[in-house]
Amino acid sequence: MNDGLAGERQADAMQVVMIGLGEEKFALDAGLVREIIDPVPVTKVAGARAFVPSVINVRGNVIPLADLRIRFGMPQLDDTAETRIVVIELDLDGEPVLVGVTADKVYEVTEISQTDVQQTPRVGMHWKPEFIRFIAKWREEFVIVPNMERILN
Amino acid sequence: MSAMDPTEIFRQEASELFEVLEGALLDLGQRPDDRELVDSAFRALHTIKGSGAMFGFDKVAAFTHEFETAFDRVRKGEIKPTQELISVALAAKDYIRALIEDPQSTDDIIGEAILDDLKRFVFPDQAAAPVAEMVAPPLVPVESKQAGWHLYLEFESHILRNGSNPLDLLEDLCKLGPCFVVPVTDGIPFLDEMEPEDCYLKWDVKLHAACDKDAIDDVFMFVSDEMKLTLSPLAHVEAPAPAPLFQLLDEEPAPMAAAPAPPVEAAAAPVAEQAVPKVEPKSEPKPEPKLEAKRDDRGIATVRVQAERLDELMDRVGELVIAQARLTQLASSGSDLSIKMIAEEIERLASSLRDTTMGARMVPIGSLFGRFRRLIHDLSRGLSKPVEFVTTGEDTELDKTMIECLADPLVHLIRNAIDHGIEDTATRSANGKTEQGRIELAAVHSGAQVLVTVKDNGGGLNTARIRAKAEEQGLIAAGAVLTDHEIHQFLFHPGFSTAQTISALSGRGVGMDVVKRTIENMRGSIDLSTRPGQGTTVTLRLPLTLAIIEGLLIRVGEGRYIIPLSAVEECIELTAEDERSRGRNFLNVRGNLVPFLRLREIMNASGAPDRHQKTIIISTGDTHVGLVADQIIGNHQTVIKSLSKLHSDVTMFSGATILGDGTAALILDVAQLVALAQSKVEKQHISEAA
Repeated sequence: MNDGLAGERQADAMQVVMIGLGEEKFALDAGLVREIIDPVPVTKVAGARAFVPSVINVRGNVIPLADLRIRFGMPQLDDTAETRIVVIELDLDGEPVLVGVTADKVYEVTEISQTDVQQTPRVGMHWKPEFIRFIAKWREEFVIVPNMERILN
Repeated sequence: MSAMDPTEIFRQEASELFEVLEGALLDLGQRPDDRELVDSAFRALHTIKGSGAMFGFDKVAAFTHEFETAFDRVRKGEIKPTQELISVALAAKDYIRALIEDPQSTDDIIGEAILDDLKRFVFPDQAAAPVAEMVAPPLVPVESKQAGWHLYLEFESHILRNGSNPLDLLEDLCKLGPCFVVPVTDGIPFLDEMEPEDCYLKWDVKLHAACDKDAIDDVFMFVSDEMKLTLSPLAHVEAPAPAPLFQLLDEEPAPMAAAPAPPVEAAAAPVAEQAVPKVEPKSEPKPEPKLEAKRDDRGIATVRVQAERLDELMDRVGELVIAQARLTQLASSGSDLSIKMIAEEIERLASSLRDTTMGARMVPIGSLFGRFRRLIHDLSRGLSKPVEFVTTGEDTELDKTMIECLADPLVHLIRNAIDHGIEDTATRSANGKTEQGRIELAAVHSGAQVLVTVKDNGGGLNTARIRAKAEEQGLIAAGAVLTDHEIHQFLFHPGFSTAQTISALSGRGVGMDVVKRTIENMRGSIDLSTRPGQGTTVTLRLPLTLAIIEGLLIRVGEGRYIIPLSAVEECIELTAEDERSRGRNFLNVRGNLVPFLRLREIMNASGAPDRHQKTIIISTGDTHVGLVADQIIGNHQTVIKSLSKLHSDVTMFSGATILGDGTAALILDVAQLVALAQSKVEKQHISEAA
């Protein structure tokens, strides 16, 4: 009985990397994440869209650095000792693209279960609903699972 | 290692063989007596046939077989390779290529027509002769009237385990003609000794068909390693076969005396080797058919590597070079002597590794030049302008991607040279020139560049007519003073053609502008020079590779940028006077008015500008523009990285690169930058007017 339950739990559990942006917690699908690195010097790209303001060098690849805080209308904080860059691989129009995402803090790799998923409320949100895949509950907190493809397109 | 689609491997191999075949056929047109060429063509055909059958291209195998049979008469020296024959042979080659590349769109009728043509030349006395005369093995008296073959088949006992079924092979054999098959059962052991998976039967077959020996060999091609085939011609009287004449154990029977045996073995080897399916066909070294000594550059043992894997390797090496630069920087700031030594050692290794990797991407341009010989052959026949085609510098090496990009522009230039450049025979002889025109295609290294020239000895450009046309199109005012060189530049204008009539080849006015754009996209340049009555030379200047850029590193505010050095004309200091006058953004460069753009404004640079601003004068097309930067750091040679899709809307930059300290720097696309600034100014004017 117990075994059965555990098995079921595992089946709809989702591995995520929990990151903090401002006051909020976001859960990035661990399958997307390639690596997490310390901040590196950025190169500003004049004329680029605001949420991808710069590029960085990650292991010899020049990849765009996205700032989700701009997409979610959050204030941009200066880098702290806890700031990290999460490198994710996205499929944009059928092409795999590596993108760096600035996180104010990276908490841990954890599992969230589908049973904890809450419907995205229609009201009470100041973010565009299409940027959000769903909201899940994790340790009595609500975390946002963002739709990265939408956010970066 | 990813296994490649075997059919794809065959296609690749075949396309190389086609080049060999075409080259040999074309050379044969010049030197009909060269036996080496005939043999080389024959070997290519033979390998195409063998591999074609192996990969299930049955039509290819069948057609090539007929082609080969006909060509065999040439090989035996029974007929001369005439120009007509070579043209038909080239058509046949094209048909085989179509069969391989796009089987759906080919029509059997075309193939039959080509074969009929071929036979007409090869068997002039007997138009509808039987496919071929018997190819008799050595030591066997040639039977003029062959009634068939006597075969004795003995398979190795494990043949069934490899998935081959002797009965299927016998069935195939029966398709060649009526067969009388007798199994030989004397090898069967007692029941308790019998391995159920072994094959103990042998067969004695009498094939009553006047088929070619090759046809029989083809049936057993896959299992030739694992069987003994004894083959003897069947006389009218059905007598038991004499002693085994030759064995198909591990080599093809020695061919006709004319051909040296070893090369044919080499050609047949891949077939035999791959008879047993292998898990990784890619990793197998493939013996390449040996070619004539003068083309020995292709005979060197090669390994086929996917281009993307080379790109990956280049990326890794790029990273290594960057990491090494940082190590060197670190080591030089410390005082540890041993670390310094290691850093130096790694620097040396990294730079030689980079050179080697770059070298691996380099391909001799000869592989490209070879393709044009056919073009010229066809064009000169079609236009009835005999043309001698001379190539030099075939071993000049260029990046593989560059070679691919170069093909189309060169086709345009060569077409132009034959169609417009070379005069017709009557005009030529009237002007005291040889009747045969001459087109030279040459490649030569010049510093970090490669110069590719297409030179004809035709009539040269008609400057007056180009001028008239330019005036007619309103490109210049009538009576404007222009140098000849400036006038010739109009040829690169879109839609500009001086040809009075549109021929099948050229005159539509598309071409030269496309050529110019393609070359410029490769960061190269194109130049024309002409001497009336003596011909025209088109020179293409190309960088050695697309992956590396020679650039000028500049600083604007905090940011560092790279300007492609090919666009840079000169660097000057912005005088205090220029700096003060905000209203007019013009420089006086030796009496010429040059507009300038402040990069600080374009790049939204923060911080205070440097006191002494520098101007880099760049040229894009005919426009000269100054770019004002804070500092010119120096020359920088680096690996180009393209920007991701997320930045595809930013046209100002053509890519990025990584600097010695590990930060990324953007490469300016000067043409786009200038265009952007122009449209900005126009918008400003519109809003001011409103």
